[in-house]
Formats: sequence, C-alpha cells, structure tokens
Amino acid sequence: MENNKVKVILGVIGADCHAVGNKILNYAFTSAGFEVVNLGVLVPQEEFVNAAIETDAKAILVASLYGHGEIDCRGLRERCRESGLGDILLYVGGNLVVGKTDFTEVHKKFIEMGYDRVYEPGILPDQVVIDLKNDLGL
Amino acid sequence: MNHILLIDFGSTYTKITAVDIDNEIVLGTARGITTVETDIMNGLNQAIDALFLKTGKLKFSKVLGCSSAAGGLKMVAVGLVPELTAEAAKRAALGAGAKIMGVYGNELNEYEIQEIAQLQPEIILLAGGTNGGNKEVILHNARMLTTLGKDIPVIVAGNKSVAPQVVKTLLEAMTEVVHTENVMPKLNELNIEPARETIRSVFLRRIVEAKGLNKANQFVDDVVMPTPAAVLKAAELLSKGTEYEPGLGDLMVVDIGGATTDVYSIAKGDPTKTNVALRGLPEPFAKRTVEGDLGMRYSATALFKAAGAKRIADYANVSAEDVEAYVEKVEANIEYLPQNEIEKKVEIAMGKACTSLAVERHVGQLETIFTCFGSAFVQKGKDLSDVKTVVGTGGVIVHHEQPKEILKGAAYSESTPEMLKPECPKYLIDEEYIMASMGLLGEVYPDVAVRMMKKYIVRG
Ligand code: B12
Repeated sequence: MENNKVKVILGVIGADCHAVGNKILNYAFTSAGFEVVNLGVLVPQEEFVNAAIETDAKAILVASLYGHGEIDCRGLRERCRESGLGDILLYVGGNLVVGKTDFTEVHKKFIEMGYDRVYEPGILPDQVVIDLKNDLGL
Repeated sequence: MNHILLIDFGSTYTKITAVDIDNEIVLGTARGITTVETDIMNGLNQAIDALFLKTGKLKFSKVLGCSSAAGGLKMVAVGLVPELTAEAAKRAALGAGAKIMGVYGNELNEYEIQEIAQLQPEIILLAGGTNGGNKEVILHNARMLTTLGKDIPVIVAGNKSVAPQVVKTLLEAMTEVVHTENVMPKLNELNIEPARETIRSVFLRRIVEAKGLNKANQFVDDVVMPTPAAVLKAAELLSKGTEYEPGLGDLMVVDIGGATTDVYSIAKGDPTKTNVALRGLPEPFAKRTVEGDLGMRYSATALFKAAGAKRIADYANVSAEDVEAYVEKVEANIEYLPQNEIEKKVEIAMGKACTSLAVERHVGQLETIFTCFGSAFVQKGKDLSDVKTVVGTGGVIVHHEQPKEILKGAAYSESTPEMLKPECPKYLIDEEYIMASMGLLGEVYPDVAVRMMKKYIVRG
C-alpha cells in the first residue's frame, strides 16, 4: 500500500506562482518511492506545517523561484519547532535570491535560518533524492 | 388515496404536514407544543387534532419524522490540525444535522476532557491524521476520552492505520464505538459522506430512544434524521432534482431562528473569475454552517455585538440608540414582537444582519496577494457568486411580512467585494414551511418532493 511510503511535503512558498519545477520535483520524488504531498504554488508557511503534522511527513521541500526566498522562508524552522515538528528535515531550492548573488553567502544564510539543505538553481532532482534518502537513512 | 404525514419535532413546536401524494398537494399543516419532557405524543396529538379540524379526519399510509427536540443532536468533533481534520470532522457533523457543542484539535488535555463531559454531547466524532499519517494524537485522544466518566457513543473517522487500536481503546470505556472511513484520507481531501451516514445511523439506533422520541413509534414509522439533515436533503433535492424531475440548479438556503442562523449551499463553488488559485480544504458540495451568535431573540445581544449597531441602524435607517433599545427589549422578553414602525424596521434589519453575516461566514473569500510584480488572487472556500436562487425558511422568515428584505442580506455587496456571495439571486420563500417535511418525503417519493417544492416554495 502506498500508505507505508515515506511522506514528503512539497510546495512553492509565498506569493510565487512558478509551477513547472514543482511538477518535475513531484514526479522525481514519486518515482523514487516517496509519497509526495504536493501543496502546489502560493503556499503560506502555515500550510507546510499543518500538512506535515497531519500526514506525519518526514521532510518538507520548499521551493522559491521568484527572488523573495529570504523573506518567505524565514521563520519556517521556528514555526516547525513551535508546532511540535521539531527538527523535521527542511530542504530549500529554486532561485532563492534575486540575481546572481554568490551562492556560498546564500547557502550560509539559509543554513542559519534552520534549513538542513540549500540548493543552487541548476540542481538535478536526482541529487536531491539521493540526499534525502541518505538523510533519512533509507 | 395515498396520504402521508410528515412531522418535525422542533425545540418548541411540533410541526406537522399532511401530504396527498397522488395530487401532490399539501392537505394541511398544524402545530402543537413539543412535549419531549413528558410524553412526545401529547404535543403531537394536539397538532393532529388541530390538523383534523381543518382537513377532517385523515388516514395515513406512512408517517415520518425528524427532530431537533431536546436541544437537537448534540455533538463534539475532535481532530488533529484545527484547519484540517478537526475542521473536516466539524463539517461532517454539521452535514449530519448536528448541533456542534465544541471542536477540539491536537492532544486533548484533562481540562478539555472535563469541558467535554460538561457539554454532554450525545455523539463524539473522533478524527485525526490522514491515512498513514499521524497516529499518536488520535491514540492519545482515544485514551483521554476513556477518562470522560461517561458512556457516550463515539464514531471513529481518522487515520485508518490505527483505527483498530483506537476502537479497542475506546471500547474499554464506551459501549458504542463505530468505525467508519477517514474524514480526510489524504491531505486536503474531504470525505465526509461515510461519517455523515454513520452519525445518522447512530442517531436512529441510540439517540431517538434516549430522547424519548421512540414513544411516538406506535404512531410514527420512523424518526429518520435530525431536522437540519432533512432541510439539507430537501435543499439537495430542490437543487439537483431527480432523474424525472429537473431541479433548480445551484442554490442557497437561509434559516434564521431565535438562537441561531443556518446557511446551506448546494453548489460546487469553483472559482468564477480568472486568475484565481484555489487554496485550503475542499468544500462539501452540500454544505451547512450554523452561527450560534446570530439569532433574533436568544442571540439578539450577540448579534448586536457581531454586526455592530451601525450596520443594523444603517439597514433600518434608524438611529443606533433605537437599535440598542430594541435589542434590549427582545432579549429581556423573547416573546416580544415589534409594536411600531421603528421597531418593525429594526426587526427586519436584524434579520438582514443575521443573513448577511451568516452568509459571509458560509461563502468563500477572495484574498489579493500583492507582490512587487502585481497582484494574484487566492480563493478560500466556495465561490457562490453565480448562485441564482436563495431560499428562505424557518419561523422568522416564513412568518414575516417582508421576508425578501431579510433575505437580501445574502447578496453580494460592494462594501465587501472579497466575499463571494450571490451576485444577483432571486429570492424564494418556503411559505408553507415545508422544507424539512419535503426532505423526509424525499426519502420515499423524491420526484413528488421536488415537484411539490417547486410548487410551494415561491417568489418572495
Ligand atoms: C516560466 C517563467 C515564468 C512564468 C511561470 C509560469 C508558471 N506558472 O510556472 C511566468 C511568466 C508566470 C513568470 C512570472 C514571473 N517570473 Co519567472 N520565470 C520563468 C522562467 C522563464 C522559467 C521557469 C521554469 O519553469 N523553469 C523550468 C523549471 C524546471 O526550473 P525551475 O523552476 O528552476 O526548477 C528547477 C530547479 O530550480 C530546482 N528546484 C526548484 N525548486 C526547488 C526546491 C527544492 C527543495 C529543490 C531541492 C530544488 C528546486 O529543481 C527544478 C527542477 O530541475 C524563469 C527563468 C528560467 N529560465 O529559469 C523565470 C524566472 C524564474 N522568473 C523570474 C521573475 C523575476 C518572474 C516575475 C517576478 C516576473 C515579473 N516581473 O512579473 C514573475 C513572478 C510571478 C510570481 N508571483 O511568481 C526570475 C526570477 C529572478 C530571481 N529569482 O532572481 C527568473 C529566474 C527569470 C530571470 N532570469 O529573471 N515566470
């Protein structure tokens, strides 16, 4: 039954409507054997958290493409802790900031915000799948 | 000759409707006082005597009843995330015609258990977790419910992966534990029909007897459902019609009472505007909401607070002081009826405020998200702007001289453009007050029920 699959929450955060990457990631993680709970685009932080609680998900994959990632993603870790999700895995990717900022800076900033993994724009979904399996000990 | 008697055991009155099935006419209606404390038959006999005075003696081939006597079907809904499974459980209970005493999310604590014990629900609906999702909380809540110190029927409609354990735990303290499908099998997927059906069957088996309604059994074939469920059923029939009798399409029903205002909508509620993203829990096609703070008498002060003196005064075109004075009067004396022009205007305005606020809470809302690059729209709840029919039922509307003025509160208003209320509906009035009866009749003669509603529920 698909119910025994590990669940991951996927969504594009904030006022961001870029839908294509979301579909590709959904496909990649589903094919890799995860049950993807896809929240789609325009997802507020609260919905990521609520969805993870109700479905007992093991990771939240946050996408931000339109350049406002820093504002939209800040505070999600605190919200998880507040809601009893504690140290659930948080991944973030897309085009996190505007323009071509040095990625090490971006990486550092998001790690400090409590994300476990932070991805550069050109990342291949397969790599993300491998990372998640490692992090979950699968 | 095929005559059927339909009975609504209300909180105050027992209302009866005699129907001639062959000619599809209402033979007569009458009412008596609901006497559930002593013997329910006393009030019913009173109503029947009154009916026979009008119609002459009648014989009935079938007698069906619904009930909201003795406080209605009192329920508590328990889920996990307040916006998700707790909300889904609440909607299932509302759809089954229950009176919701409380909705609880997350792990229940001892205080909440005490509170639930005091609320004295007749059924508890326990949800929590999608299938394969969170298990701990529903198990915890089942254990907590066993400490209620009361034997209350519990319906389990949560994460199927732990349903057997949940049921087993509850059975340690409760005699009636029924398991049904999850109200939210997957995230944001609403599945309330099985829970609704289960509530109804527990109502039939347990509650009818507990409330003393079974005393009517020698006369009444079946008290089949709570009254609001009968109204919802009637609304569905009137909207969808049957195979042989077309319905009216999407519609909304408003029922204002002394204590509460009920709103029903039969419509999908998909976005009607372009560039709108739909978010949040999907909505039931047949949806019921109840507002406990919007009513004409017991809730007059609460309505005054919720609507504000200005809104009511503006509707009535009188001063805020006039409104306040009238609200005090009717709250002090619930039998009070308007005595002069100003009071009449305030009474209508109060009704309109009940309608307006209750419909605003029922319909979806359009939220504009402003980005640096323009705006995007997000819709939460049902878009009912294309609904073309609003039906008024219930004592307040049915017995009013200007019911349409009250119902106009349901319509879209430019002052609240984010509320997806019907834009230009026509208003129908349930003049003979037969909707609940038609819901019952629909159980046996759906085509007749649809045709009779189309005949008797007329333009206001
Ligand atoms: C198509 C598109 C649009 C379409 C979107 C249609 C739709 N519904 O999807 C429209 C025209 C609506 C649009 C609008 C805007 N867009 Co645009 N858009 C693009 C474009 C051309 C392609 C995006 C795309 O689909 N890529 C293909 C997918 C497969 O790639 P992807 O989304 O990047 O996702 C991959 C990876 O990033 C990664 N990934 C994504 N999310 C995540 C999450 C995790 C956890 C991980 C691990 C990995 C990961 O994996 C994915 C698969 O490989 C890009 C430019 C580009 N070439 O990328 C600009 C781009 C994303 N848009 C941009 C901008 C600025 C906008 C607007 C603000 C433009 C405006 N001024 O109106 C608006 C914003 C609207 C909004 N509120 O969201 C900028 C963002 C700039 C930045 N971040 O620095 C870009 C980069 C263009 C640019 N170079 O300036 N856009």
